[in-house]
Parts: sequence; structure tokens; C-alpha cells
Amino acid sequence: MALKRMIENWSRLRKRDYYEDSPFMWGMSIDLNKCIGCGACVTACYAENNLPVVGKEHYATGHAMHWMRIERYWEEPEGETDIDIKDGEYPERGAHYIPMMCQQCNHAPCEPVCPVAATYHTTDHLNAQVYNRCVGSRYCGNNCPYKVRYFNFFDYWKDLPSPLEMQLNPDLSVRSKGVMEKCTFCVQRIRAAKDQANDEGHPHHVEDGAVKTACQQSCPTQAIVFGNLRDPESEVAKQWEEHEVELGRHEQDKSEDLRGYRVLEELNVEPCVMYLDRVRDTEA
Amino acid sequence: MSNYSMKDIEWAKINKDVLKSLESPRKSFWVVLGVCLVLVLIGVAAEAYQYQEGLGVALMNRPHFWQLYISNFVFWIGMSHSGTLLSAILLLTKADWRKPIYRFAEAMTLFSILTAAIFPVIHLGRVWDMYWVLPYPNQRTIWPNFRSPLLWDAAAITTYATSSALFLYIGMIPDLAICRDNAKGWRKKLYSALSMGWMGRAREWIAFRKTYVLMACFLVPLAVSVHSIVASDFAMSIMPDWHITSFPPYFVAGALYSGCAAIITLFVLLRHVFRFEEYMTTEIMDKTAKLTFAIAMVWNYLNLSEYASIWYSNDMFEKEVLIEKFTGPYAPIVWGMLLCATVAPFAMAFKKVRHNMWAMFWLSLVLQLGMWLERFQIVSPPLASNHEPWTWAVVWPGLVQLSITLASFGWFTMLFLIFCKIFPSVSMYEVKEMVFHRRHASSRAELQDLDKVKEEMIKTEEGLHHGA
Repeated sequence: MALKRMIENWSRLRKRDYYEDSPFMWGMSIDLNKCIGCGACVTACYAENNLPVVGKEHYATGHAMHWMRIERYWEEPEGETDIDIKDGEYPERGAHYIPMMCQQCNHAPCEPVCPVAATYHTTDHLNAQVYNRCVGSRYCGNNCPYKVRYFNFFDYWKDLPSPLEMQLNPDLSVRSKGVMEKCTFCVQRIRAAKDQANDEGHPHHVEDGAVKTACQQSCPTQAIVFGNLRDPESEVAKQWEEHEVELGRHEQDKSEDLRGYRVLEELNVEPCVMYLDRVRDTEA
Repeated sequence: MSNYSMKDIEWAKINKDVLKSLESPRKSFWVVLGVCLVLVLIGVAAEAYQYQEGLGVALMNRPHFWQLYISNFVFWIGMSHSGTLLSAILLLTKADWRKPIYRFAEAMTLFSILTAAIFPVIHLGRVWDMYWVLPYPNQRTIWPNFRSPLLWDAAAITTYATSSALFLYIGMIPDLAICRDNAKGWRKKLYSALSMGWMGRAREWIAFRKTYVLMACFLVPLAVSVHSIVASDFAMSIMPDWHITSFPPYFVAGALYSGCAAIITLFVLLRHVFRFEEYMTTEIMDKTAKLTFAIAMVWNYLNLSEYASIWYSNDMFEKEVLIEKFTGPYAPIVWGMLLCATVAPFAMAFKKVRHNMWAMFWLSLVLQLGMWLERFQIVSPPLASNHEPWTWAVVWPGLVQLSITLASFGWFTMLFLIFCKIFPSVSMYEVKEMVFHRRHASSRAELQDLDKVKEEMIKTEEGLHHGA
């Protein structure tokens, strides 16, 4: 039985799209024009997904567990190769913000390298991480081009002062040391919405907006749009179409109106997150 | 090269000299063994601490998910390739100068695999679940992921360790019989059991020879595949400067290179400590050095062609890593590697160096240092400047990783020291063969037909029986 199942799985891997018939492909669109870098999404993610707050020291040693992070890139002033930051004064031109989280790649480089198959592709086109199966070889973390996989280097839950354990989200587990974790697109919310759709008698259709990820919900400028890419009526699918971003293309058309791109898409990893480029007035 | 100085050694003297090396150890032996044991205990303590607290105490982080443990793993697996090379490849190519030195090279192979095998285990986040990597039948009907190079690693290491142990043991049976005949007490029992009633009959020799050559034929492709698989850990990934097509042959060349250097180190030490000057001659060192030099050049060629292919590929990410390697924070490691592993081997082009035992000893240590640095610079710099600039960070290994690294050297030396005192580290029967062939220089020219030998031996045996 197990052998038969394994061969079936392998034959599926030969296809570009593992689950062509699946009615769901969860995707995201992030408008960098709207992102103000406030970090509300990061905070919401901590609250929703039981992320440990590691503290100053662990953060400094690179052990932070933020599934979502706001990356900040400074634009280099004309003619200068490196920006010079003195006494905490940053250049006037300001920063570019990119909220970065697991891109739920369709050709996820993390999946084939896991020795115990703890990370795999679901029929929803989600890149799932099975905490119970993970042995912590950390190969997936190395192979992730976005470096959005976070490893439990310590047993962080032990540091949680009582009664803070009461505020943990009961919908998902608290991870122990030695396990890899990452953004799940709030899979517990997706499951709940799908269950409800099933109860209502339409298991292959989840209404657009029925699932809101924690980051999307808390974004004050509504820069994040989340939904089913297979549903042509969904907001996210419309945005992808509008900016002519589609799976299977490794380079996007860069014209005035088309701002869509996927980060590192030239690596052929087929991420499910589209970013909309920030437009700046270079004359100002 | 007919003037081997071992030409006139009596066979009984060979037995006596080699068996003497098994006798009660000197005081210095216990001192070195004690130091090794302390190192191992420090490593065990470090591992216990890491097990208790989590891998964070090893100072690995994101993006440095892998560090010294993996470079040490590659280093030790690499070292294990020397024994197979000297023993199997040189056996098949009928280079008989391997005979006095192959035994300890094989032992080195086995012990470096046993050292290497520690690293992928202690490197896991959940060590207690390590057996999940193996494809064993279980009630959850879950298979491991056969696409993962780590799984191939697990298979390759276990296969290689088993066959190397077998190869070492099979090659030792005739010698164990000699030991059995000369031993008393617990040693007598041990050797009697291990020599499996070897009597030195013709039939036994024929069966032995066939098995030995068969094992050698099996081991050569296995060794090549093992290090290719280790290289796949990197080459199959998407990381810039890991995702390199030439990695498998590059790793195999590097493995043979560091292995040969390790053989030279142990060669000089054993020759000095056990006074094996008559067996481990300057001529043999000369040949080993030449072999090492040739392999060093192959390794260099592959290394430089790797740089060239990255440079001309114009891949933005790989080029960045390459430039960062030579100019960034890891530059001392990379330049140190080039100095030790690329420049230093040219000393072996000079006969004076090749024939000076202690010069070769120090040179071999330099080469090994170079190869160790090479493994470090394969693992760390690409992680430090990966695809995602936001995560760029330079991290150096912490105290826990360093003490476990030191412990691995202690562990290897400890195993080797114990081996040297229990098993003959020079093959007695093969040295005798060599002396025999040297005496009858004419018979050396053409190799004897096995069937003819078989017939003659059987006739002799029958004659003996008739006589009795």
C-alpha cells in the first residue's frame, strides 16, 4: 500500500502543476505602494500563530521567530554607492518596505530536500509543514531562497510567564525545540472556512473574503489581499490578472501600468505571492 | 626500482617486528590515549548541553542553519576515502608498493566513517527521532522522502561503513591467524574467534584472494558514489555556490586528496613509533607523495574550473558569493585554503621533500588543514550571502561546535590507537609476498596465472597427505 502510494506521489511530481484539478490555490497580492512599514501584520501574526517572542538577546543572535517580517531597503542617493547613516539620521528619501513571509512556492525548493517529507504540497497548493514529522535537519531552511523558514533553536514556550499561556491560540500547536516552522497562510482559518463551506453544501467553493489572514486583517492600509487564485471572481485573482502576473512565467513585463512581480521568480520556484512595485517620483 | 631495501628481510623477522607493535604499550601511549579520552568527554558534555538546551547554543542561526557539523562531516567522509583508494584501487591496478601501508589506511577509513557518522546525527534538531530518516516498516505506513540527498547520505554512509569494515576484516584474516599462533590469554581467544580457523591451506588462499578482489571491485565505485552523494547535499540545492554541477567529482578529488595527506601523516608516525623503517621505506613515501601530488593537481583543476564557470556564467547571485568569498569576512579562510591546499603541495615536486620524512609529516598536516578550511568555506560563505540580502549575516561557530570538532579528532585518534595495539597495523602476509617477489625479480615481471598456482598448490597438498 505504502509503496503504491509512494509511486503515485512520484508520478504526480513529474507534472508542473501537482494538483491541476484542485479548486483551490491560495495566493496573495501585496501592494508596496500602500505598505507603510508599520509592522501591524507582524504583530498580528505573532498573536494568531503562537509565535514565541524571543527577546532582545536571541533576536541579536539571529534566533527570532517572526514568520512575517518587514524588510527595509534604502534607496541609494544618486551618485553614491552606499548610504551613510550618522547619529540615527536616515536619508530623506526613505525606505522601501517589503513584507516578507513564506511565498508558498509551487515548485518549493524546501520540499524535495526534506529527508522525512515533513514539508509537502497540499491539494490547496499550500506548502505545508508537519511539525510532528520534522526531525530538524534544517535542509529546507538552507534551500529556501527567501530564508523565511524559522527553526526552534530553543524551547521558547518554557520562557512564557504564567498566565500568558492562556492567550495562546488553541487552533494550532505550540512548537517545541528542534522543529522548523514558517508562515502557513493562516491554514487554521482556511480549514475553518472550508469546513463551513462543506457544511453549507458547496465544498468546492469558498466565498472570497471568507478567509482573511491575520496580516491582511490587521493591515491599516489594506495593502495585503488574500484569496483563491483559482476563483476568477476573487479580488486576488483579479489583481493578478490586471498586472498580468501568471504562474509559469519567470519574468514580468515592466511597463508603466504593470507593477506586478514575484520575488526571485527567475529561480523557477513559482511563488504564490505577487508584489506590486512601489512607484516613486524620482524628480522630487 | 628493484633496489627496495626490504629485499633481504627474513619472514620470521617480519612476524616478529609486526607482532612487537602489539605488545604492552609505552607510557606515552597511555598519555596520548588519555588526552584523546578527555577531548571525547568534553565533546560528550557539549553534546549533552546542546541536547538539553536546543541547537541554539551551537550559535547556528538563520540563515546559518548548517555550519561546522556539516563541514566536519564532509571532512571525515573525505578522509575515509584514502583507505579505499590505496587498498582497492591500487590492489586492482597491481601497484604492490601499497602492501606495507594499506592496513592502517583501511583502519583509518573505518574510523573516519565512524567519526563522520556522528555529525549528521548530533546536527539534527530532534536527535531522538533520527531513525525516521531510515526506510523502515512502520504502522503509519510513512516512507521517508527518497528525493532528499540527506536520505541518500544515510544509505551511503551505512553501506560504506559496513563494506569498509568487511574489507578491513577480510584482508586481516591471514594476519589474525599469525597473531592467534603467537598470542596468550584473552588475545588468544579474540584472535581464534576472528581468524575463523584459518590454516593457510591453498583452497583458503584461493577463496580469500577471490573475495578480496571482489570486495575491492565493489568498493571502488561505492567510494566514488558515497562522496558524490555527499556532494549532492550541496549540488542538489538551489543555493548560489552550492548548486554546482562539478561538485561531485570535485568532492571525490578533495576526498582522495585529504585522505592521502592523512595517510602520509600516519605513515610517518607509525614508522617512527613502531620502528617500521624496513617496511615503510623512503621509496614508498616517494610514491605516496607522487600520488598525492597528482590528486592535488586534479583537485586544483576542478576548483579553478569551478571559479571560472561561476565567473563566466554571469549568474548574479553566484558571482556575488564568489566575490564575497575572496574579499568578505570569510576571506582569510578562503585564502588560507588556497595557500595550504593549492600552493603547499608544489613542495612535493621536489625529491628532497618527498624523501624527508618529517618534512612530509608537516606538509601533510598543512594539506589537511587546507582541506578542512575548504570544507568550511564550502558550507558557510554561501549561507552568509544568499539570495535574500535582508538576511545576510556573518556567523562564526561557537564554543559548543568547536569542542565537538576537537572531540571528533580525539575520538578518531582514540579508535586508531586502540586498533594499533590490538590488530597488526602492517599486513604481514602481504609484506612477505612483496619480499618474495622482490627476491625472485624475474617472476615479478609477469603475473602468475591463478589457475596454474591453484593446480600446483593442490598437487602439493595432495602430496603432503600421501606422505602422511
